[in-house]
Amino acid sequence: MDSTLKEWLLNAVMVVALLLVPLWAWLANEPFIITLATRIAILALAGVGLNIALGLGGMVSFGHALYLGIGGYVAGIAAHHAFHGTTVLGLPGTNQMLPIWAIAMILSGAIAGVVGALSLRTSGIFFIMITLAFAQMGFFFALSWPAYGGEDGLPIFVRNQFPGLNTLRPWEFFLISYGVLLVALGLFALLRAARFGAALMAIRQNPDRVAALGITPFGVKLVAFVLSGMITGLAGALMADLTRFVSPAMMAWTMSGELIVIIILGGVGRLFGPVAGAAILVGFEVFFGGLTEHWKLWLGLVLLGVVLFARGGIIGLIAGRAHHG
Amino acid sequence: MADPVLSLEGLSKSFGALRATDQVSLTLLPGEIHALIGPNGAGKSTLMGLISGTLAPDAGSISLGGQDITALSMPQRARAGLGRSFQVSSLIAEYSALRNVLLALQAHDGHSFRFMRPVMRDKALIARAQAILARVGLAARASVEAGALSHGERRLLEIAMALALQPRCFLFDEPMAGLGAEGTARLVDFLRGLKSEAPILLVEHDMDAVFRLADRISVLVYGRIIATGNAAEIRTNSDVRAIYLGEEVAS
Ligand SMILES: Nc1ncnc2c1ncn2[C@@H]1O[C@H](COP(=O)(O)OP(=O)(O)OP(=O)(O)O)[C@@H](O)[C@H]1O
Ligand SMILES: [Mg+2]
Repeated sequence: MDSTLKEWLLNAVMVVALLLVPLWAWLANEPFIITLATRIAILALAGVGLNIALGLGGMVSFGHALYLGIGGYVAGIAAHHAFHGTTVLGLPGTNQMLPIWAIAMILSGAIAGVVGALSLRTSGIFFIMITLAFAQMGFFFALSWPAYGGEDGLPIFVRNQFPGLNTLRPWEFFLISYGVLLVALGLFALLRAARFGAALMAIRQNPDRVAALGITPFGVKLVAFVLSGMITGLAGALMADLTRFVSPAMMAWTMSGELIVIIILGGVGRLFGPVAGAAILVGFEVFFGGLTEHWKLWLGLVLLGVVLFARGGIIGLIAGRAHHG
Repeated sequence: MADPVLSLEGLSKSFGALRATDQVSLTLLPGEIHALIGPNGAGKSTLMGLISGTLAPDAGSISLGGQDITALSMPQRARAGLGRSFQVSSLIAEYSALRNVLLALQAHDGHSFRFMRPVMRDKALIARAQAILARVGLAARASVEAGALSHGERRLLEIAMALALQPRCFLFDEPMAGLGAEGTARLVDFLRGLKSEAPILLVEHDMDAVFRLADRISVLVYGRIIATGNAAEIRTNSDVRAIYLGEEVAS
């Protein structure tokens, strides 16, 4: 079978499975399963964000937890002030997801713009270290900010609201997360196929060549990095609403590492790589996390196997290597 | 005499103690092929790098169409009208030949911040790219990944990408290298037709091709231009013969 067709079939299976499993769980009254599926969808969304920078642009950001955390804190802080009827920077809080998402994306995008502008002139290990350093700054800032819980974190007492749905019901909150993931995947597919994606993927392979054609790699990478941060920031807002809690741990370097692991497991630059990767990660957490404290060790071994023997991740393993036409 | 398209004034570049480019001044006139020859390590590629912007000169200036481009970055120079090929083929390895040319076309159009419309559904753009591939004889190889093309085909794809930029002048660094006799003959014919579109600064080791193609030839030795002239003048120049061409041309 043609490998492009194979990949599309595989993607379709994932889209359907990620909907049908929680649907079954809803009918069977298994809310825990729905929550797991929601977690997969949100982690996948964060991964779609990182996949723009890392997968398409080859920018190995080891600090994407920063945007996850920014999105999370926006949701938490907005809900906190709405709950207590207080203001923040002269503005009232809100418990509405739509404005929260907008603010989360704008703020993560702005910070990603600053981080990108300062780090994208470097590459390789320097880029990795600078992105990590910024995320660590965010981490320690959140840790030492008593107004919003400091190291104890900030609870969200009532999950934020979405027009027309009851977000307190796991199935309905799942549908929101799933819907956002599908939209993000659609946007990823569009921009990858468009001129922007063509330039970005070419820059990953041969920046000097692209520059010699008259395209400035820096500008393209910066825009990609901002978009990447925005989507991961959106995932952070949803993540906070899923767990009804934000804490500095969301910005920890281990979280940044988990996002990279998701991309590598699923398939770097592949449209559904983050979905497959998130499903594997959550699957390991649940199945092996119940059996042994050392589940991360087993995950590490799988990761090692993927890096050594299946560079295209699980999607590459099943559908062959990526084709750009 | 017409105004030069490209002119270099006192260009110098050192790598440590090595003067790779030493006070080089030359012009590229409309409609001409100006060949740059010289022994290995003479500084030909360094000069190409200085012109296209991969290297920054220590001294001197470069102007294109009367505009001083010395301070411009490499992408800015490309947009100002420099179309170069690399001595060692530099392509987008995972992209098909077609997509490499599409990328060059998109760079030329200046529209890389388009996020919605799929490139591969842009029929007009694809038709333009295919026409360019056909011009260099790669039409049948359009869908092959650049990394899987033969050495000679990669050289041609380099040229196709330069064509897509519709530059004011071409900079070709050893385009014939590895093409074989037949490929070289075809490229000689092609370049002879191309120079009326835009003049060509041509670095080439194949002396036969150089003498058949070049309107003017400059000889570079240890970073310095020791002679400039037409084929007959260069053939008979005693300095050139002594230092570079030796007996090969005399015979
Ligand atoms: N980046 C660099 N750093 C240090 N030395 C360099 C660098 N690039 C070139 N050189 C040196 O400068 C000199 C000129 O090199 P250049 O590549 O320009 O020669 P060339 O005329 O193109 O030779 P060839 O015919 O072999 O392609 C050589 O001695 C080379 O070793
Ligand atoms: Mg050279």
